[in-house]
Amino acid sequence: FLICVAIRANYPLYIRSVPTQGELKFHYTVHTSLDVVEEKISGVGKALADQRELYLGLLYPTEDYKVYGYVTNSKVKFVIVVDSSNTSLRDNEIRSMFRKLHNSFTDVMCNPFYNPGDPIQSKAFDSIVSTMMVQAC
Amino acid sequence: MDQGSAAGTGGTFISLSDTEQRCYSGLYALCQPDSSGKLAAGKVAELFRASQLPAETLHQVTEVCGAKRLGYFGCGQFYVALKLMAAAQAGLPVRLESVAGELPLPLFIGITNELEMRYPNHPSTNESQPHILGSLTGSAPRPPADRPVLRHPDTSTDKQEAWSPPRSPGISPPRSPSAYRSYPYGAQRNGTDTLLAYDGKVAGCPSVPQENSSPSHYSLKLQPEQPVITRVASVERLVERAEMDYSDDPWRITEEQHEYYTNQFRSLQPDLSALIMGTVAKNFFTKSKLPIPELSHIWELSDVDKDGALTFPEFCTAFHLIVARKNGYTLPETLPATLRPGFVEPGVVPAPPSEEMGSVDLQMTSRPGVTSKQDTRDESRKPEEFSPKRIPDPHEKPIQHVSTLKPDSPQELDANMKSRTRPRSYSSTSIDDAMKKVEEPPTPPPRPQKTHSRASSLDLNKLFQQSAQGAKSGWLPRPPALPPRPPATQIFSFLPGSEKSSQKAVQQANFADFSKFREEQESSVRGGLSTEDLAPPKLDSTLRHQGHAPQKPVRRKLHPESQSATPPSAAPYSAATLTKSTQRPPPKQKREIQMAIRKNRETNAVLTRLNSELQQQLKVVHRERVTLESQLELLRPVAST
Repeated sequence: FLICVAIRANYPLYIRSVPTQGELKFHYTVHTSLDVVEEKISGVGKALADQRELYLGLLYPTEDYKVYGYVTNSKVKFVIVVDSSNTSLRDNEIRSMFRKLHNSFTDVMCNPFYNPGDPIQSKAFDSIVSTMMVQAC
Repeated sequence: MDQGSAAGTGGTFISLSDTEQRCYSGLYALCQPDSSGKLAAGKVAELFRASQLPAETLHQVTEVCGAKRLGYFGCGQFYVALKLMAAAQAGLPVRLESVAGELPLPLFIGITNELEMRYPNHPSTNESQPHILGSLTGSAPRPPADRPVLRHPDTSTDKQEAWSPPRSPGISPPRSPSAYRSYPYGAQRNGTDTLLAYDGKVAGCPSVPQENSSPSHYSLKLQPEQPVITRVASVERLVERAEMDYSDDPWRITEEQHEYYTNQFRSLQPDLSALIMGTVAKNFFTKSKLPIPELSHIWELSDVDKDGALTFPEFCTAFHLIVARKNGYTLPETLPATLRPGFVEPGVVPAPPSEEMGSVDLQMTSRPGVTSKQDTRDESRKPEEFSPKRIPDPHEKPIQHVSTLKPDSPQELDANMKSRTRPRSYSSTSIDDAMKKVEEPPTPPPRPQKTHSRASSLDLNKLFQQSAQGAKSGWLPRPPALPPRPPATQIFSFLPGSEKSSQKAVQQANFADFSKFREEQESSVRGGLSTEDLAPPKLDSTLRHQGHAPQKPVRRKLHPESQSATPPSAAPYSAATLTKSTQRPPPKQKREIQMAIRKNRETNAVLTRLNSELQQQLKVVHRERVTLESQLELLRPVAST
């Protein structure tokens, strides 16, 4: 199982999960993980803009799954929830996934017809996320 | 023939391709079906004759399709008949088996003129397009019977209208954005029956080869232009060329379209090598009245370098996509090859990537190709928001994977800052507003008239009165219970600020005393003020402690007040203060007035709070009373018995 979320100001702009059943549980997980993200970013007192800081790493492992977080400079948070049984995913891979997410997100932002705060309906974004998730699963 | 009858029941097991469906339905409509779906025999006969098949073949066809048996041509029979005729024209025997395969559309000669007479303005341009282009919207199989008849008048008029707009762009590219919508509008009428009928009916030129459907359509398309007398030959040829291009590929930009796009670009941005900003482009494309998600998708497709601005080829691509969409083509998921900026200007950008290749590697390959173009436009990009961030992007991306996000993050920061500052600015402005509101009340009230009063006490009295009256607007009105005091005591009464009417006199004395003190001895005034300040909160607290008889705490409070007030006894001090106050300049009075106002406001607040609390208590008590009364009522009959 894998789920990717883009969150801005504590409501999700985009949620995608594979497989699609049991999505509600993932929604809940993502919501709770937001607290952890907030905690981590509020603790950081330094100025900004190191990419390592953007990647928050493993937020917390629960019995079933692991949650990874990533925050952009504009406080847009990305959360990836991975099944714990999926041990093949290494940290680097997660990083690259976040990077791809961030890139696609900036592309979406570049579109003048996209109003920040709208749910992301870009097909390009969707396709990137799908390919990523297919690769990971 | 059983097969014939089976086929005749609607052709359910004979598959018709899309083009065939359309053609046949058009022909069907042409043959004037009546309400039950039967075709007029005369029309059918004409049609059959137009196919130039020998009579016996036609008889065979009629027989095979089952019409002969039925006695009329229903929809199914008609379709089968058409297919059989196509087969016959292709040289196959008139059998149902031959119908099963792929066949070209049957050709009918001589029906053209008839059609033209009925619909004088035929756009000859466009029939080919719907047939050739697979990816069309609305090319669902035509249901026969009822609708074609209705559609004919519509489409004929539409065609008449639509014909003139394509003519004008054919002559000169339209300037206005509204015109551009209509330009290719006539150029593609997806699935209009008359067009389809046209396709089937167009006079087959014997010289034109008919190997497969596509070239036949080209030839068909050429034919109607000859009998159409009203067209200027040059314009026809121009449109034909446009058709040819269209027929090749709807995603190819024609010459005139390109010219038109260039003009539009110039209207937005005079320099052709410069960029159009995202917002500018957004406003412009929004005029096309396409829904925003589609515009968003078009943008994604056309902005190849993802910089939030459009170069000229990107602009052409976007424009062309919009035009296509307005004509009913579905937007592709990826950018067609002919629309890539690299295609339009082959010398500039080599092999730009497709949109879906989001991976860094592929972007890396495209970046070097795009950077050259971007570098030349650095100056024009400087004032733009997004692009400067993208310029470091291509440079950094080839270097490291890790650092790719750095340029993205400032860009996103920039992109998001715009949005984030909006909420931030809202919040800040609201806080500021709140602050301002807080600050506003303390602004000084309108100053009383500045009159120097150094002389007698009478003048001083007048002065005090004036100031009192001037500043009195915000104060509580004097309660009627207090009669006007003699002049000596008017000084005391100029600051009312009373909480309760019964204690007004004492309080006023207190106030007056305090005001006097303020003028000379700040410390004592402070003390006075502090006690005064204590008074309202004391009032509140005491009130809150007990819920009843609010008068009592006030009275109780007044005792300490009076106690504090009495040590500085009024009489000896008042004289002293009076004399001293005469020497004070007017600003002291203003300050005093301001303080008084503040105090009054506080007392106002206190009073309102008190009032509300009392109201609540009243309600509670009232409720209790009601319940008690009801209980009494209940008990009374019991007691009486």
